[in-house]
Amino acid sequence: MAGRGRGQLTFSVEIVGIGKGENLPPSSVQPTPLFPPLDQKPVPLQTGEEAEYMLALKQEFRGAMKTLPFYIRPAAPKKDVERYSDKYQKIETSDNSLEWKPDWRRFPKELRVREKRPLRDKSPAVPKQPKQPRVDKEEIIRKLETLEQKEEDRSSDEEDGEKKKPQEEEAEGEEEYDEEEFEDETDYIMSYFDNGEEFGGDSDDNDEAIY
Amino acid sequence: MTAQEVRLCGLLLQEHFGDVVEKVGTHLIRSGVLTLRALAHETKLPLDLVKKSLCVLMQHGMCAFGAGRRGPAGPVEYHIICERILHMLRYPRYIYTAKSLYGDTGELIVEEILQRGQMTMSSTVKTVADRLTHNMPEGQSMDYSEVVSAFSRLVETHFLQRCPPMASAESSSSGADNTPLPAVTQPTEPEDHPECYKLPYINLTGQGKRRRSSEDGEADPRAAKKAKTDSSERGDEGIYWQVNFQRFHLHFRDQAIISAVSCKLDQTSSEIVRTMLRMSEVTTPTHAAFTQALSANEIFRALPSSYNIARPILDQYLTLLVDDPMEFVGKTGDSGGGMFGSRSARIFRLLLRKRHLEQKQVEDFAMVPAKEAKDMLYTLLSENLVQLQEIPKTPDYAPSRTFYLYTVNQLPTARLLLQHCYKTVGNLIERRLYETKENKRLLEKSQRIEAILASLQATGAEAAQLTEVEEMITAPERQQLESLRHHINKLDSSENQVDETIFLLESYINSTQAPR
Repeated sequence: MAGRGRGQLTFSVEIVGIGKGENLPPSSVQPTPLFPPLDQKPVPLQTGEEAEYMLALKQEFRGAMKTLPFYIRPAAPKKDVERYSDKYQKIETSDNSLEWKPDWRRFPKELRVREKRPLRDKSPAVPKQPKQPRVDKEEIIRKLETLEQKEEDRSSDEEDGEKKKPQEEEAEGEEEYDEEEFEDETDYIMSYFDNGEEFGGDSDDNDEAIY
Repeated sequence: MTAQEVRLCGLLLQEHFGDVVEKVGTHLIRSGVLTLRALAHETKLPLDLVKKSLCVLMQHGMCAFGAGRRGPAGPVEYHIICERILHMLRYPRYIYTAKSLYGDTGELIVEEILQRGQMTMSSTVKTVADRLTHNMPEGQSMDYSEVVSAFSRLVETHFLQRCPPMASAESSSSGADNTPLPAVTQPTEPEDHPECYKLPYINLTGQGKRRRSSEDGEADPRAAKKAKTDSSERGDEGIYWQVNFQRFHLHFRDQAIISAVSCKLDQTSSEIVRTMLRMSEVTTPTHAAFTQALSANEIFRALPSSYNIARPILDQYLTLLVDDPMEFVGKTGDSGGGMFGSRSARIFRLLLRKRHLEQKQVEDFAMVPAKEAKDMLYTLLSENLVQLQEIPKTPDYAPSRTFYLYTVNQLPTARLLLQHCYKTVGNLIERRLYETKENKRLLEKSQRIEAILASLQATGAEAAQLTEVEEMITAPERQQLESLRHHINKLDSSENQVDETIFLLESYINSTQAPR
């Protein structure tokens, strides 16, 4: 069976080339070093006019690609606080349209990014179907807005009346509370404390049995 | 797509197109085929950015789209063509080849088209003429006709080809309501199109314009508008051209064969081979293992007259070439030698030649002492460059009665080496990015100082001011900058050279796999 014990191999060791008594390298317990020393030095790089010219071409190409509109930068992160310099520094207009004009006949329709209009976010899918529900949504929103306004007009009179009352009550309540609190100079509001003196007074009026 | 290839593609996309495209691209490579919605959802990027990235990738031919699984009425699905991304490593080589064949004009044409993915002929001609005029001395300008002729030559020799037209099945939205709306266009193979290499007739006359720096800001929007109307007037609207990578690869392959022959035999035989290849350039299909049969007479007539090769000598050379086992695989052996030493390379080459050898035979043939041979064989074995084949004498595979032969499997070994190469290039790019990041502050400082110097010089400052500005970079900083540039150049150069090996291995694997 497998694993009967170490040292029992299925083939004689000599055939693989390890003679009897030969020192095997010790088993390693560490991960291999990050930069192991190389036995052979790598082949030296080619130098010459051709290699240097291609090097220059490569670096120029890289630089040029960074300036072309194909290099897409992620949207600038939103600033946490409005800064004074924002007024004077031109923030990059995160224009949703591409800066170059591809031939849209060769690309699928859905990739066309339409410019954002202020109130509408056009969905990028085929524009036929979503138009109708959008129109419905807008109507509904308008209806709701008008309804809200009506409600506001109606309730604004009531509210004005109501607003005054709770304000007065609050003012009175606060004064009461203040008096009570400061009676004994404690943190506890005195009206919450029931010291049981009034307990017996109620029972005269009660016909119900007391348990 | 192996892990190394995906990693390399990601790095290349990031370098040339930015982080957003890299994210979109790598995700699409890993997922295979996706719709726009799924892609946006899984990468968690805003939909507009995803759309922009897909447009960029499609412009450069790295992404293709097709009708989805639900048929033409369903959403469009996109997939990435990985080998186009890996070709980006070879762009300098393409540009250099164009320069060596067709001069500066050809070089600029190929460079412009590579930068922009696809272009119409008229816009290419204009841009290139402007660039050439910019470099010419004051008063001269490049005529469009010269650029047009260079372009035509590139097309005639198939280095440029038309982008395949879309098999458009679109109906306008105001069309009949009965027909469903197939908004999907299906791209086709460029070679299938019969007019692949036909030049459009354009009436383009004029000269390159020299751009004056003061007019830049105003001229651009006007020029952009003008360009739009111009291309439609020029008569080649809708015809886009792209670089024909296959053709360039053929050229590189021919070059490699010729140089291999000249190394092995001599200059004259390489000339003969070059002639043979040139003759069969247009007649042989791309992936054929052998060129068309050419008679000795044809070769004789086609030889350049500068080489006075008499007929009998030609025959002798031909017999020599036929007898010599021209092995393209010599290159695979060389890369084995680099890492393990020249003796290991000898052993490796020996195994390639003799196919199967026993341990003792290896020692004898390679003339290497037993211990060293053992050592090297085991190192090669552990790296999987060499395999062990068992041939039993008895049916029970008893080790003492079995032959153990060492052998080399070329195709898997080539694949293994190719993966190593991809990993190498990935490491080189990452190291270069790391070096740049470490010294970012210093690089920015030096860029700012250069900008200040340039502006000072333009406005005519005194020498004292200039030296003052230059001294803002201290001497040790200058040294650091110098060594940084040296490192980055070395890393870039290495990338170019590893790419040469990649090309050889890829061609070998492709040609071995292709059905003969």
